[in-house]
Amino acid sequence: MSLLQVKNVSKYFGSLVAVNDISMTVEPGELRAIIGPNGAGKTTFFNLITGFFTPSAGRIFFDGQDVTDLLPARRVWCGMARTFQVTEVFPELTVRENLRIPVEVASGFRLRAWLSQADDEKIRSRVSELIEMGGLTVKADRQVGELSHGDQRATEIMMALALRPRLLLLDEPTAGMGDQETYDITQLIRRLHKDNKLTIVLIEHDMRVVFHLADRIMVLDQGKFLAEGTPEEIAANKAVQTAYLGQAA
Amino acid sequence: MGALGINKNTANLAVWLLLLTLPFWLPAIGGYIELGERVIVLGLAAMSLNFLLGYTGVLSFGHAAYFGLGAYGAGMTIRYLVPSTGLGILVGTLVGTIAGALIGPLIVRLRGVYFAMVTIAFGQVFYFIAFRWNSVTGGDDGLTGWTRMPLNFGFTTIDILHNPRAFYYLILVIFAIAVGVMAWLLRSPFGRTLLAIRENERRARFLGVPVDQHIWMSWVISCCFVSLAGALYALLNNFVDPRALYWTQSGDFVIMAVLGGMRSFWGPLIGAAIFVVLQDYLSSQTENWMSFVGLFFVLVVLFFPRGILGAIRRRVAS
Repeated sequence: MSLLQVKNVSKYFGSLVAVNDISMTVEPGELRAIIGPNGAGKTTFFNLITGFFTPSAGRIFFDGQDVTDLLPARRVWCGMARTFQVTEVFPELTVRENLRIPVEVASGFRLRAWLSQADDEKIRSRVSELIEMGGLTVKADRQVGELSHGDQRATEIMMALALRPRLLLLDEPTAGMGDQETYDITQLIRRLHKDNKLTIVLIEHDMRVVFHLADRIMVLDQGKFLAEGTPEEIAANKAVQTAYLGQAA
Repeated sequence: MGALGINKNTANLAVWLLLLTLPFWLPAIGGYIELGERVIVLGLAAMSLNFLLGYTGVLSFGHAAYFGLGAYGAGMTIRYLVPSTGLGILVGTLVGTIAGALIGPLIVRLRGVYFAMVTIAFGQVFYFIAFRWNSVTGGDDGLTGWTRMPLNFGFTTIDILHNPRAFYYLILVIFAIAVGVMAWLLRSPFGRTLLAIRENERRARFLGVPVDQHIWMSWVISCCFVSLAGALYALLNNFVDPRALYWTQSGDFVIMAVLGGMRSFWGPLIGAAIFVVLQDYLSSQTENWMSFVGLFFVLVVLFFPRGILGAIRRRVAS
C-alpha cells in the first residue's frame, strides 16, 4: 500500500489559488522531490500534508488512514516528521536538549514528570546516536542559536529523525548553504534513504541535489501539477523546460 | 558546564541558607520577620507566575484572580466553615486551582497580548464579585473577624498566631515544597516540552507536542501554586480584601518576575524581595512610592533586560 496518498487537494487564500487540485502518491522507501519555480505552491502543498493548513478541498491519506482533519501533533504521532524552509529549532537550548525533546516525545514520555534510570539511559544513548549521525558531536553542548546555518539545518533534520518517522518531509534542506554544507546534507539524506530505507519527500531548488537524490520528481507551476516522472523523464520534459526557462527570461 | 553546575549549587545553597536563618539576621539589619514572610509569600506567587511566563513563554496578566481566590478560599473556610489553618490552605489552593482549570480551556488557544487581555478580564470578574458580595466577602472592607489558627498535630500544638518564628517556618516549609515541585517538574520530560513551547511553538507542535494541552497544564500548575501563595497571604495578614484580586496585583507579580529575571529560577524571588523592601521603605517616606518602584523597574528593564539575576549570571559566566 502507498504510504502517502494525496487526493485532489486545493488551497485557496481568499481569491488566490495557492494549490490547485494536486494529487500525489508516495510508495514506501521512495525518495520524492517536489520542484517548481518560486510561487509554485510547493511549501503550501507541504503545509497541507503536515497539517499546518487544512485543505480547502481534497483528502490526504497516510498509511491508509484519512489524516485530513488531524492536528499537526497527531500527524506526527502517525509517523510524519518535517523540517521548515526557514530553520525552526530551539535557539536557546543546546543541540543535545534540542534532540532530547523529540526523543522523549517519540518515546511517549511527553507528560512524564519522572523518568526511571533505565529510561533516562535509553534516551541519552539515542540522543548521542543522533548527534553522531548528524556530525554534531563537537557542538553537542553549544546553544543551537550560536551555530552556523548548516549546523542548525543538520540539527533540525536530526530533530525530525528523532521522532522515528515513517515519512520525512524536508522543505529545501540545502537552502542558503555553501557547497560543502550542501554536499554534507545531501550525503546525509542519501544515507537515510539508502541505508535506513526511509521514505522522504523533499522540496528543493538545487537541481544537482534533486537529480542526485530523487527516485521520482513532481513538478508544480503556479499552484498546478505540471509533470511527474523519473529524473530522466523530467529532464527531457518540454513543459518543464518552458516553465523554468520562462521564469528565467 | 562543570563550573556553571557548581555555581548553581552554590546559589541554591545560598538562597536556602539565607531563608533558613532569616529570622535571626533580618531584625539585626533593621527589618522584621513579617517582612521576610511577605517576601516568601509574594516570591512564591511570582515564581508560580514565572513557571508560565519564564518557562512556557505565556504572559498572564490575571494571576491575582487565583491568588485572591486562594486568599478568600482560606479566609472564608476559617471564618465560616472550620477554624483550621491546614484546611484553609487546602481549600484556598483547591478553589484557585479549579477555577484556573475551568477557565484554562477558554483561553489556551489565545497567544500574546490577547491571552494577557483575557486573563485580565477574567481576573476583574472575580474582583467585582468579591467587591460587590458584601454579605459574604465583606466587600470593600475585606473579610475580617478571623485569624490563623494554631496548628494542631494531636500530640502537640504550634501557636503560629503569636509566635512569629513558628509562622515564618511554616511558610518556609510550604514554600520549599512548592518550589521543589516546580523545579522538579521543570527538569522532567514534561518540563522540557514547556521550554520547547517557549523557544519555538511551531517547532514544538511539529515535533508532536499538542501545544494547547501543554499550555493548559502549565497554566493549571501555575494557578495552583499562585493560589497556595494567596492562601498564605491571607493567613499572613489575617485579612483578605478585594485588592488581592485586582489587576494591579497581577501587574505586581509580573514586575517582580521581570525585575528579578524571568529566565532564572530564583529571579522572581529576588524581584519580590526588592519590591517588598522598596515598598516597605518608600511607603514610609512618601505616598507616591509606586512611582519610584516604577522608575526602578524601567531602569532595570532598560539596562538589565534579563533582570537583576540574569545580569549577575551573565557577569559570572563571562
